Amino acid sequence: MQQKNAIHEEERVTFTLAGALAGARKCVPVAISGCAIGLVFGTLAGQAGLGAGEAALMSAFVFSGAAQFLVLGLWASPLPLVAIVFTTLIVGLRHLLMGAALGPVFSRLPRLKAYGSVYFMADENWAFTMGEFDKGRRDGAFLLGGGLLDAFAWTASTFVGGAFGGAVEDPARWGLDFAFTATFLALIVGMWKGKTNILPWTVAAAVSVAAHHWLPGQWYILLGGLAGSFAGVVRRGS
Amino acid sequence: MALATYATRAGGLWLANRFELSERAGAWLDAIPGAILVSLVAPTVLTSGPAEALAAVAVVVVALRSGSLPLAMATGVVAVVLLRAVVAGLT
Repeated sequence: MQQKNAIHEEERVTFTLAGALAGARKCVPVAISGCAIGLVFGTLAGQAGLGAGEAALMSAFVFSGAAQFLVLGLWASPLPLVAIVFTTLIVGLRHLLMGAALGPVFSRLPRLKAYGSVYFMADENWAFTMGEFDKGRRDGAFLLGGGLLDAFAWTASTFVGGAFGGAVEDPARWGLDFAFTATFLALIVGMWKGKTNILPWTVAAAVSVAAHHWLPGQWYILLGGLAGSFAGVVRRGS
Repeated sequence: MALATYATRAGGLWLANRFELSERAGAWLDAIPGAILVSLVAPTVLTSGPAEALAAVAVVVVALRSGSLPLAMATGVVAVVLLRAVVAGLT
């Protein structure tokens, strides 16, 4: 093991059942919203020609709402495999950044636990986990607990949507599409540390809004995240 | 698809483990979570319309006052449904 970031050097990293349960508890509200999205995904997958079981398998193995919805748009016979894999990679690029941010803590876990856990890394449980680390509670199982609950909810609701599709209404009608935005906003409030956040967050917001306007798909998340985090370094360096 | 999605999830961690972290790299990693979260929500909050923008303000106020994440989320969902109905009624 190489030298780690000096800031985090003294703190202990654990991986406990209690941590996993805490992570799962934290994810209950977003898992419920996720179920609504999963029902819609299952329904749309059915319309694209996938069976309920096939759609559920995709949810279990890919576990990325954004990638799966986009790929449905490409679904045709014969399958455009290159386009599908490329889309998945592009949509997932933000996970590279998110995984890197877990690095200082996760690199002190045994490899199987670290690399097993990130299979279940999604935006929500990752954000909660970073919030926990931020407060000094460094239990690596927090990510896994939330992720397992999320993955179960996502896969099961996809199956139900695929099997009983058509009965599902638009989640936007119940405001459930906004549940994720609200959750992330509340997390941002908790991460506020003072004036040092103003520049990176302003840059992130400006770049993501511009990228969302001019670029297709999910580029705005990655580009905003990169620009904002680099702005944070420049600020600290000067 | 499964391999591609896992590669992106494990790749960042793998890279972070391979390289020695300078203080500057550590500062960059520290800045990522906030920047990603802001990027995730900014287009929805700033460009969707008045209902989403006002609901976002409500979420921030409740989160600041209560510090409760489920309460803030519930506030956002209820607020956005009501505000969308109001906006739809006005237009």
